[in-house]
Order: sequence, then C-alpha cells, then structure tokens
Amino acid sequence: MGGDLLVRIGVTVFPGSNCDRDALYAVERAGATPVELWHADADLKGVDAVVVPGGFSYGDYLRPGAIARFAKVMGPLEDFARSGGPVLGVCNGFQVLLEAHLLPGALLRNASMRFVSRRVRARVEANDTPWTSLYERGEELTLPVAHNEGSYFADERTLRGLEEEGRVVLRYVENPNGSVNDIAGICDEGRSVVGLMPHPERVSDPALGSEAGLKVFESVLRFAGAKV
Amino acid sequence: MKVRVLVRPKSGILDPQGEAVRRALPALGFSGVKTVHIGRLVEMEVESADKVEGMCRRLLANPTVEEYEWEVIS
Repeated sequence: MGGDLLVRIGVTVFPGSNCDRDALYAVERAGATPVELWHADADLKGVDAVVVPGGFSYGDYLRPGAIARFAKVMGPLEDFARSGGPVLGVCNGFQVLLEAHLLPGALLRNASMRFVSRRVRARVEANDTPWTSLYERGEELTLPVAHNEGSYFADERTLRGLEEEGRVVLRYVENPNGSVNDIAGICDEGRSVVGLMPHPERVSDPALGSEAGLKVFESVLRFAGAKV
Repeated sequence: MKVRVLVRPKSGILDPQGEAVRRALPALGFSGVKTVHIGRLVEMEVESADKVEGMCRRLLANPTVEEYEWEVIS
C-alpha cells in the first residue's frame, strides 16, 4: 500500500528517552514514515499519531514522567490527544501520560522493589483502540517489560470505571510488578490514548526474536491510513 | 524564606520501599518496628509562600497516590 508512507507517526524524544530509536524503527517497519519530535519542539510536525517512548526521561527525577510532562512538546501533544489523536505511551511514556492526566491512575514502585527486565505473557483485553485493532480480543502475547515503577494503581472508583468501560487494554497473565487487577495497559475515555507497560517496539522484528508487538504500529497505521 | 514540604504515600497505598526497610530493621537487631513509611522531603527557598500549595499539587506530589504537608521553617 504505497499510500501508507503518507502516514506520519511521531516519536517524542526527551533527555533520557532510550527507546525512541526502537520506536522509530518499529514505525518504519510497520510501513509508516517515522518523525522525531524533540522535547523542545513547539508543534507535532503534522503527524497522524504519536508514540511517547520508554526510557528515563529527565533521569526519573522526582517521579518518573513528572518533569517530562512539562516539556514544550507536551502542550501540542495534550491538545492532539484531547482532540482524539492516537497517542501511545510505552513504559516511561505511560508514566508521562499519567503525570499529564491524559490517563487516570499512577504507576508505583514494583511490589518486589526490584527492577524487572524479562518477557511476560499478557492478554489483549480490548482491540477497539487505534493501537490494538489488528489483535484478537483475548489473544495472548509474550512481551518484554523493563521497569522499576510499573505497579499500576488507581482508586476503587477509577478502577471500576476502567473495568466496566472495557478500558483495560492489556492484562498480565503473569503479574511481574504487583499491578492492581493485573493491569498492563489502559486507554482513555476516547480510547485513542493508550498506555502500556510492556514494550511492543522491542519485539517488532524477527531479528529481535519476535514480532509480537509489530501489530501495535500496524494497527495505528491502518487507523490513520483510513483518514489520509 | 525557607519552606519544607513533606510528601508521603497516602495511607492504604502499597509502600514496598517502607516495607523493605521494615523487614530489614530486625536483621540489624532493631525489633518492635510495626510499620515504616517512606516519603520525600523538599526544602525550598522562596520569595513568598503564596504559591507553595500550587507547587505541591501540580508537581512536588502526585495527589493520586501521595499526600503532602508543608510549613515555613524560617
């Protein structure tokens, strides 16, 4: 589909981001045009979707994501997200979206007090988001996690809302961090803003041992491609 | 003036850091410690205390999971 290259997917880069290259690569491999969005950029360069990648933005100072949330690029990104633009936060990117209140809840220190870096099994619970539409509901994936603060928490009312509205997008089959309700990923009310703790971009090429995560990027490409 | 802000996990929120320290203390012979909660201390020099509340709410603490208190110390 030659038209797909018209789809531009941005990846934000903060000081300390370390999965931005992987995300740009996954976007390219899915068939879209990757666009780097520097933290000091004042606009999103006309992209159709944005990935906020993992890493240790601003050294995780204060709390993961707490400082990145005030970066210049976050202004236009929040406008984009609030107007229904597809935004995916992965790991530290998920933490950034929570700090920016684009998603509800918080990510706490892992229950084990250890950094976990391994592959875990997780189940796709919602495929009616722009980022998961090419997966089957109930499909089990093996995805890498690598985090110190990945224990999802939300108050009871928020949690009930997430469950009732089917906004838990990904659920651990084996919970690596103590997340409440085994939550590995959620979406916002509009379903276009998604946060995931596991790293789909790290499994986006058979050379990396798996391409279980590639459909995340192909999904959003199809979603945005339908509009271009 | 100097302001001291104390940020701590809300009660009922999992505090694995505090729990790890609570478990470590008896290993050093300090028995009888029932609970440990670990927070964050922020000291700032500010021109006025007017905006400290806003600073706490918007940046220094995450009100979803943390509570805070602050005082002028000098």
